[in-house]
Amino acid sequence: MSFLSYMINGISLGSVYAIIALGYTMVYGIAKMLNFAHGDVIMVGGYAALMMMMNAGAHPLLAVLVAIVVCTVLGVTIEKIAYRPLRNASSPLAVLITAIGVSYFLQNIVLLIFGSSPKSFQSVVTIPDLKLAGGALMITGETIVTILSCIVIMIALTTFVNKTKAGQAMLAVSEDKGAAQLMGINVNGTIALTFAIGSGLAAIAGVLLCSSYPSLSPYTGSMPGIKAFVAAVFGGIGSIPGAMIGGILLGVIEILGKAYISAQLADAIVFGVLIVVLLVKPTGLLGKQVQEKV
Amino acid sequence: MLKLENVDVSYGAIHAIHGATMEVRDGEIVSLIGANGAGKTTILHTITGLKKADSGKITYNNADLLKTEPSKIVTLGMAHVPEGRHVFPQMTVEENLEMGAYASKNQEKVRDIMKDVYEKFPRLKERKKQLAGTLSGGEQQMLAVGRALMSSPSIILMDEPSMGLSPLLVKEIFSIIKEVHRQGITVLLVEQNAKMALSIADRAYVLETGHITLTGTGQELLNNENVKKAYLGA
Repeated sequence: MSFLSYMINGISLGSVYAIIALGYTMVYGIAKMLNFAHGDVIMVGGYAALMMMMNAGAHPLLAVLVAIVVCTVLGVTIEKIAYRPLRNASSPLAVLITAIGVSYFLQNIVLLIFGSSPKSFQSVVTIPDLKLAGGALMITGETIVTILSCIVIMIALTTFVNKTKAGQAMLAVSEDKGAAQLMGINVNGTIALTFAIGSGLAAIAGVLLCSSYPSLSPYTGSMPGIKAFVAAVFGGIGSIPGAMIGGILLGVIEILGKAYISAQLADAIVFGVLIVVLLVKPTGLLGKQVQEKV
Repeated sequence: MLKLENVDVSYGAIHAIHGATMEVRDGEIVSLIGANGAGKTTILHTITGLKKADSGKITYNNADLLKTEPSKIVTLGMAHVPEGRHVFPQMTVEENLEMGAYASKNQEKVRDIMKDVYEKFPRLKERKKQLAGTLSGGEQQMLAVGRALMSSPSIILMDEPSMGLSPLLVKEIFSIIKEVHRQGITVLLVEQNAKMALSIADRAYVLETGHITLTGTGQELLNNENVKKAYLGA
């Protein structure tokens, strides 16, 4: 029974990684850049929701909505101010370094406003825990909401990308910006939309993460951010289903590693698995590998 | 009518196009020939907004292209078949064609045009579910042209459509260009294959290291001694 409970916790944590990884992978797919500030957007989302609930006494759902709006605006602003001017820079390192800078900038701004001491986060989930098998297996309301959110987001995002015009524009821009522009696609607008979606998802991930692990500090986003990045690479960066599978596998490996091998070594195991996967399949589990004739 | 006046373009410190002035009248085939690196592609890129000009003026009918948002240029009736095809490799042939009609709102019309394109390129119809990246070079070129036609353009800019193709396919591509032109679409053709390009052109321009040095009818340039020496290998 404990194995089942570890699995469920793993899937729940993995769902959070997956939602964050979607942001990484979509931005990478379309702008060919690693947005290392993505993890910190999660943390900002957490603070935005917490402030709404604590200081404004808002309903948790409203707090989540505000967090989404704050992060969406933040993501689009970061893209516009920090990344867009460097899009045609001679070296791709310029934008990568900038992303690291934005990451520290966000951490330090939050540090300045809220201080370094962790704040206890009030869960946004109000549904009761589920007790199965006569109380031997307990699934928390947070776990249920997290896993359900992940499924809904996955379906919604896949539908959006494959069935809407804006989604098709994203695919086209991710494959060939110049050609996409010649088709009449607004490339800057499409990239901004991608940042908006990724950052909005980061807000949801932040709230879910803090609801399950209720402690929030300016550094809360960095480790989950890195792990979600690993999940994105693991699943095949640029691939939406890949981010989902990578995230969930990573969460399960982490929790099972903690439970059965060593709590201290869990992270090392996670990264070890990544190395093995990349050695065997360098493009990640679902990475695209289409032979192109020239 | 497409008109360039004193257009200057540079890449950083490199001045690529010097005061280019040229025009393409409605219904013409105009060829732009020149050696590798002369700036032919740069001119096309500047017209459709893939590259920014430093100065000068480009107008199409009454629209000032240098002041038009690049993604809106296709809605003015201008399509661009880029050098190296640039099809969307991970999309199917049909999805590529649909992208060509991205800016058009009339779905019924899009279906009609697609039927036309498939009639013109039966190979594309056979392979409509195949990923574009797996097509041969010739098929990709057909797809790139077909995709451009999907926006029902009144002028089409073609950049090196014969590049990398076998002589047989080159012939086929040129006959397609002529057919497109017969349907009333104006053509601005950039080519290294000067002989073919001049023989189908109403008028042509010669570009040398960023300067337009010569212009005339296709026939005049075919008979011009300098052109013969420099580009026709005679």
